[in-house]
Amino acid sequence: MPREEFDRGLQLLEDDLLNLSSMVEKSILRSIDALKNRDLKLAEEIIFQDNYIDEKTTQIEEKCIHLIATQQPIATDLRKIVVFLLISNELERIGDYAEGIAKISIAMGNEPPLKPLIDIPIMAEKTSSMLKNSIDSLVNRDIVTATSIMSADDEIDDLYKKVYKDLLRFMLEDSKTIQRATYLLWVAHDLERTADRATNIAERVIYLVTGKSDEYSESNSNNID
Amino acid sequence: MNTILEAQHLNVWYGDFHALKNVDLKIQDQKITAFIGPSGCGKSTLLRCFNRMNDLVTTAKVDGNIIYKGTNINSKSIDPIKIRSQIGMVFQKPNPFPKSIFANIAFGLKVNGFKGNMEEAVEESLTKAALWDEVKDRLDKSALTLSGGQQQRLCIARALAVRPQLILMDEPASALDPIATLAVEELIRDLSSYITIVIVTHNMQQAARVSDETVFLMVDDQRSGYIVEHDNTKQIFTQPKDERTEAYITGRFS
Ligand SMILES: Nc1ncnc2c1ncn2[C@@H]1O[C@H](COP(=O)(O)OP(=O)(O)OP(=O)(O)O)[C@@H](O)[C@H]1O
Ligand SMILES: [Mg+2]
Repeated sequence: MPREEFDRGLQLLEDDLLNLSSMVEKSILRSIDALKNRDLKLAEEIIFQDNYIDEKTTQIEEKCIHLIATQQPIATDLRKIVVFLLISNELERIGDYAEGIAKISIAMGNEPPLKPLIDIPIMAEKTSSMLKNSIDSLVNRDIVTATSIMSADDEIDDLYKKVYKDLLRFMLEDSKTIQRATYLLWVAHDLERTADRATNIAERVIYLVTGKSDEYSESNSNNID
Repeated sequence: MNTILEAQHLNVWYGDFHALKNVDLKIQDQKITAFIGPSGCGKSTLLRCFNRMNDLVTTAKVDGNIIYKGTNINSKSIDPIKIRSQIGMVFQKPNPFPKSIFANIAFGLKVNGFKGNMEEAVEESLTKAALWDEVKDRLDKSALTLSGGQQQRLCIARALAVRPQLILMDEPASALDPIATLAVEELIRDLSSYITIVIVTHNMQQAARVSDETVFLMVDDQRSGYIVEHDNTKQIFTQPKDERTEAYITGRFS
């Protein structure tokens, strides 16, 4: 494969990644809409469309592996492909969180949420803009934006703690609320994990641009779900 | 012969890339139509126009009409979610929910407000998907304990549960072994007595074995996909009219 064709392959790969990220971003926002509006059909739609997201991720992975196997890229080229591979995996997982939130909507059925949703939609708003910024930082190879995402993640962590405490109070006061509080807790958890993964994406962008991974913040070394 | 779905002057772009050019196509009711053609020729893109799955792709633009039983479902005023209960879809990889076999089928029914007898409805769908005998004693077991082929038939059962009239399948057997593939093919043939199926396949023999109609697509020098030939399957595989079709099905071209 001549150099030009290889570069075009890399560009197409990046385009695919951008498309994937916009699907995933939409999916997260819609999952919260479905929850707020008790829209079970929309929830089912999100679950259905996650198949498409998974399919796209697999395609990107295959393209990455194909390029590595056939081109034996080195240095910057290799770094690019590896970063794309890692980011596509983060995106796919974020898609799963959206799917998870949609499944919670369905589990809740026609029951109203335990309390009016205030902090959770704010979390969702902030999280999806973190995701958007992380992808913008990739497009522009912009480490300043990438770095700002790390501090946005602290805000999400604070919001999560607040939601957690609020819900815990409900559960302690009235054990009949445990089931419904747990639903919302899972939603908040999925959003918090989404923000962590957006942060991972930003870190990978920093690695892509600088070639160094020692700027990884410690707070994200705990990658358990 | 009745047409259940018709694409009229369909064009699809992803950003600036013209992925599908001037597609006019009629899908016949209660028949199996196969899409074949080289990788990247737009088979999946075309299939996804039929249930508005491309809506999810921000850069995708779908121009033209998709007339489903008299209504243009490509119109903005049609809610794509409403289409789901009439036009089902089965994906490449089986995608059961990590829940019981029973719950996998009951789920979609519940969401669609089903009020009837759930046990009966689940049995009916599993029977139609030729899976009932294999799973009837373990409906409460996780769907993930099933083999790949069984999982794919479960996904077909799930799609059938809401009684769609049309089911879209994108390479439904590509992740299965040969035996499981044959079981799925046999099922597809059975279903066609009361349902319309559009199936994308890379496997020429599969297209020849299962379908009534075959559509062959290719790409032009701008990588845009278009239909080369559409005819009944027997005709396409024995006497194609276009020499490019002949070259493709005989493997002289990839
Ligand atoms: N979401 C997307 N964004 C940009 N381009 C896309 C997207 N999906 C598909 N394409 C491009 O559109 C063209 C048609 O793709 P499509 O997946 O429909 O082909 P296909 O015939 O199904 O191929 P395959 O046999 O490999 O599945 C290809 O060039 C593909 O790269
Ligand atoms: Mg395809």
